[in-house]
Order: sequence, then C-alpha cells, then structure tokens
Amino acid sequence: MATLQLKNVIKEFGDTHVIKGVDLEVKDREFVVFVGPSGCGKSTLLRMIAGLESATDGDIVIDGKRMNDIGPAERGLAMVFQSYALYPHMTVEDNMGFSLRLAGVSKSERKDKVLDAARILQLENLLDRKPKALSGGQRQRVAIGRAIVRNPSIFLFDEPLSNLDAALRVQMRVELARLHEELDATMIYVTHDQIEAMTMADKIVVLQGGEVEQVGSPMELYHHPRNRFVAGFIGSPTMNFLPVDFQDANADGVQVTLPGGQGCRVPVNGEELAAGASLELGIRPEHLNLDDNGPMSGKIQVIERLGGATSLYVQMDHGMITVVADGDIEHKVGDTIRFGFEPFRGHLFREDGLALESLQRHPLTAINRQANRAPADSGDDQ
Amino acid sequence: MNPSTLKRFAIGLLAWVIAFIIFFPIFWMVLTGFKTEVEAVSDPSLIFTPTLDSYAEVQQRADYFKFAWNSVIVSFGSTLLALIIAIPSAYSMAFLPTKRTKGTLLWMLSTKMLPPVGVLVPIYLLFRDTGLLDTCTGLVIVYTLMNLPIVVWMLYTFFKDLPKDILEAGRMDGASTLQEVLYLLMPLTLPGIASTGLLSVILSWNEAFWSLNLTTSQAAPLTAYIASFSSPEGLFWAKLSAASTMAIAPILVFGWLTQKQMVRGLTFGAVK
Repeated sequence: MATLQLKNVIKEFGDTHVIKGVDLEVKDREFVVFVGPSGCGKSTLLRMIAGLESATDGDIVIDGKRMNDIGPAERGLAMVFQSYALYPHMTVEDNMGFSLRLAGVSKSERKDKVLDAARILQLENLLDRKPKALSGGQRQRVAIGRAIVRNPSIFLFDEPLSNLDAALRVQMRVELARLHEELDATMIYVTHDQIEAMTMADKIVVLQGGEVEQVGSPMELYHHPRNRFVAGFIGSPTMNFLPVDFQDANADGVQVTLPGGQGCRVPVNGEELAAGASLELGIRPEHLNLDDNGPMSGKIQVIERLGGATSLYVQMDHGMITVVADGDIEHKVGDTIRFGFEPFRGHLFREDGLALESLQRHPLTAINRQANRAPADSGDDQ
Repeated sequence: MNPSTLKRFAIGLLAWVIAFIIFFPIFWMVLTGFKTEVEAVSDPSLIFTPTLDSYAEVQQRADYFKFAWNSVIVSFGSTLLALIIAIPSAYSMAFLPTKRTKGTLLWMLSTKMLPPVGVLVPIYLLFRDTGLLDTCTGLVIVYTLMNLPIVVWMLYTFFKDLPKDILEAGRMDGASTLQEVLYLLMPLTLPGIASTGLLSVILSWNEAFWSLNLTTSQAAPLTAYIASFSSPEGLFWAKLSAASTMAIAPILVFGWLTQKQMVRGLTFGAVK
C-alpha cells in the first residue's frame, strides 16, 4: 500500500508564493502526472513530497502518516532526477547499490538486489561501467534502477525524459508504462509535456501559478476541461478560441452566434448566464470538419502535412484558427475553405475563464490506463 | 620566416628571457652554495671548483633535519587543520547559502588585506601568556588562521561547481550530511581539495614573518633556519646560500611532483 495526501500544502520563498494551497489525493498504485508550464510549481511540489524542500504550511501524508518533519530517506520514496544525478565516480553497480550500502546491507544481498533491478532494465552488461561511459538512455535506466533497488512505496520522477532525444523519449515512455505495470507501484511524475501526461497518467494534475487547475483522468481533461487554461494546455495542436455572441440558454444548451453570423446550440449548462454575457467558444482543431456548407470560412495561410493528418492554419476575420484535416486533402495555401463542427464538440468559456458544464459526460472520461488494461483494476479509481 | 612564425618566435624568446631573469637569483644562490666563502664574495664567475664545504659547515652549526621536520609538521599540520575546518564551512556556504553568505566570504578575504604586523603585538602577548611561543602548536594555529580564508574560498568555488542534484540524490538514498560529504562531495571534488591543500602547504612552508617572530629554537622551521645565517658577525654568502638551497629544495621537489595535480585542480571546473 502506498497512498499520498496533500492537505492545503503551501510553499513560500520569502515573499514569493510558489505553491498556494494544494490539496491532492494519490491512490495506491496510481500513476499521477503533474503537468504545467515552466514555473508553475510542479517540481517544487514534487521536491516537497520527496522531502528535499520543506512545506511552509499544510500536511504531507504518506500512507496515513504525516511526513512534514521526516527526512527524505525515511519517507520511503525514491526519486529520478531530470539530470539523472548519477554518482560519476561510482560504477553502475555501486550507483544502484549506494542506498543499500548506506543502510548497511551485506555485500551479497546488495549484489542480488542490484542484479534483480538490472535485469528488469536490461542493464546486466553495464554494471561495471562508470556513468560517463553510458548513453543518455542508459543513464536514465540506471537512475530508474537506483530507484527500484530502494523498493520505495512511491516513485517520484522529475521530468526524467526531457534530456533525451525524441525517439528515445517515446521508447522510454513505453518502458516506464511497462515498468509501472511490472512493479505495481505508486508513481508521481512531473513533466511539462502534455503528451507524456496524456499517454502515461491514470490521473493528471494540471498546475499553474502554484495552484491546481484541474485533476482528472486524461480523457476527462481532454473532453471536460474545467477552464480555459486547461483547455488550451491539454491537446495538440492547441484548442481554438473564438469570441461568440450569447443568444439564449435552455435545457438543450446555449445558443450562440458564430463569427460568420450563423447560430449554433452548444449542449452546455447556461442557466446562470445573464443576457449579453460575453462568451468564448473553444473547439479543438481535430474536431473541425471541412464542409462546403459549414458555418465558418477562412483563407489557408500555412499547411503542415504530417502524412496521416494535415494541419491547416486558417485566417478568419477575428484571427487565426487551426484545423486538423485528413492527410490526403489537396488544398493549397491561399484557398478559401468552409468548415464546421458538431455542436457537442464545442466548449463555452465565461469571461472569468471557467467552462460551462457539459450536459452529457463523454463516455470515455472514466477510462484511464488501468481501466484500459484490466477491468478488475479499475474498481479503485473513478 | 613568415610574420606569424616570427611573432611566435619573438614571444617565445621574450618568455624565456623573463623566465631566466626571474629564475636567475635562485640559480645564483644554488651556485654560490657550492663555492667557498672567498669565491662567493670575490669575482662573480661561473667557473670554479664546486665544493660541499659550505654544506658541511652549515650542518655542523645547526641541525638541518630538525628545522626541516618542524617545517613539515607546521605546514602539513596547519593544512590538515585548515581543511578539516574549511570543508564543512565551504559545504554550508555552497549548498546552504543564506543572505549573509556572500558578505561572510568577502569579510574573510578582507582579513587577508590587513598587514600581519598590525596584529603582531597582540598575538605575541597572547602566545606568551598561553605558552604557545616557540611551539609547533602555536605555529600550526597561526598558519591555519592565516590560510583559512583562501582555503575556504577555493573549496567554495570547487564545491559550487558540483551539481546539487547529486547530493540530493544521495540524501534520497539515505546519506547523512557526513556521509554526503565523505562519499560524494569529497571524492568528486578531490582534485580541487588536493590543489587547495597543496597551495596551503606551500604558503605555510614559505611563511617567514610569523615563524621568525614566534619561534626561536624549539619550533623554528626552515625559514628561521635561513635567517639564522645572517648573523651579527657578518654575512657568510656561501653558507647562507647553502642553507637557503636546502630550505627550498624540499618544497621545490614537492611542487614539481605535484604540479600536474595543482594545474588540474586550479583549472577544475573550467574545463569540464
């Protein structure tokens, strides 16, 4: 069992408020990803959980025990650093076995445990090498191996893949997901890369300016962002935002006028909207369809062909909009195109940035990685 | 010869000339040590019959090895003590800095700008009253205090170059502060620590002001040994030269043997 609770955790450096009261619950064996732009406090939060940074206020509770005043080693956690932070003067074996050596574990037992971890990570042939004789990916695996050897209750990862090249990053992503399954451990992972967050997380915590913007499964964040920030942060290419005029609201949704003058009823709860409220429509590029009878139109400025899909950057009267279309479309730069979307794909944001709640939940929001794998595991979550 | 070769040749020649000018007194001293007293004061000639008489006489008058041993004790002793004090200080300044760290470092350095003679009387009296006059312990204390600012500064800059992550990883692995320093910090900054230590040894070895003022016979190191040959009866150049040669020989050999380490340490961090 390994659970973590953060209760109104605050961190201040002098007058700078880095973490402004975070509440969070991490369940046993969950893969939780902290994601947010740089400077949002995600790494600080992780370091506070690790014990490398003290909390100014609030409780950090691991397995039901308050850990604020307990040193990093006694918290039973292991951390993988962005820079890997391997000990340059020790071999791979000594790097991985260092914690056991400090704990006074006998040499033979140490060797067994290091070998076990090395086997999981395919490092057996590299045990005698020094870190500088390893490639980036190998160093990364040693850093993970060092964490595994400690047999921690929770693994902490601080942007572990950001120093790797793109291909290796994808490979390590898969490997980490496999590792999570194999070790059946609780993992907390910090990244600024929303693709890593979407692909690996059971639960994503979106942070901005030291505050939690939203907590939820990847599909929940994608389909039901709580506010404009989350909507823009999750998903790639990023969501389009268009100013729209509010007409009326009823049980079927909110009627708005699109930039082209046509009307659209978005199925969201608009009960509390006052007449003349200023609204913004959010629509993901992949949810815009090319349609000769579509309500909106614009001129193509840039085309990015990715093979499977094509990104079109379209100039409309109010500004640029991104459309993701089929890979085989034959449009050229300068063409004027018409497009539309299915109303339930739209999001409406109030002036304060909060999203109006959808009338229907998307059926996939309850799905996370665990539920994807084995139905038996999913009972715990959601 | 094209201009660039000529330029290099000129610079090389200039370097050699300057090096020779700097080295000349030492060369002349070594040479004089092998002359007789008469030859030493008469014509400055390079051609003479070398003799070890001066060395023999010098050794007769004073036991070189006793002075040399004192030099070894005080220079290595004070270096060891300085490192023991400076490593924890530099650790805390490099990794746990406060608002006052920079100021403390500058203040430490500023103490090196004060002329030592300014504190001679108080220190002399202090030593007299505590019985530290003419003891190796006394010299070790003075040398440690004298070198501490430089030692802390150098270690501080070496430690600052070490990625903090490595120590944090050690902390996550369960290392206490002492284990962090012993197993991670010290092995990783060993070149820096070594060159700092070597510099401290050399500075202590060559120090003359305090050793001349605070010792007479028991704890007198080699610097006092040299000075003892400028006696009231007159200067004996050959003997003085022989004594000087013997005094600087050990540290010269030491410096020569460790120069690779010194250079590596002093450029440590600059070329990672």
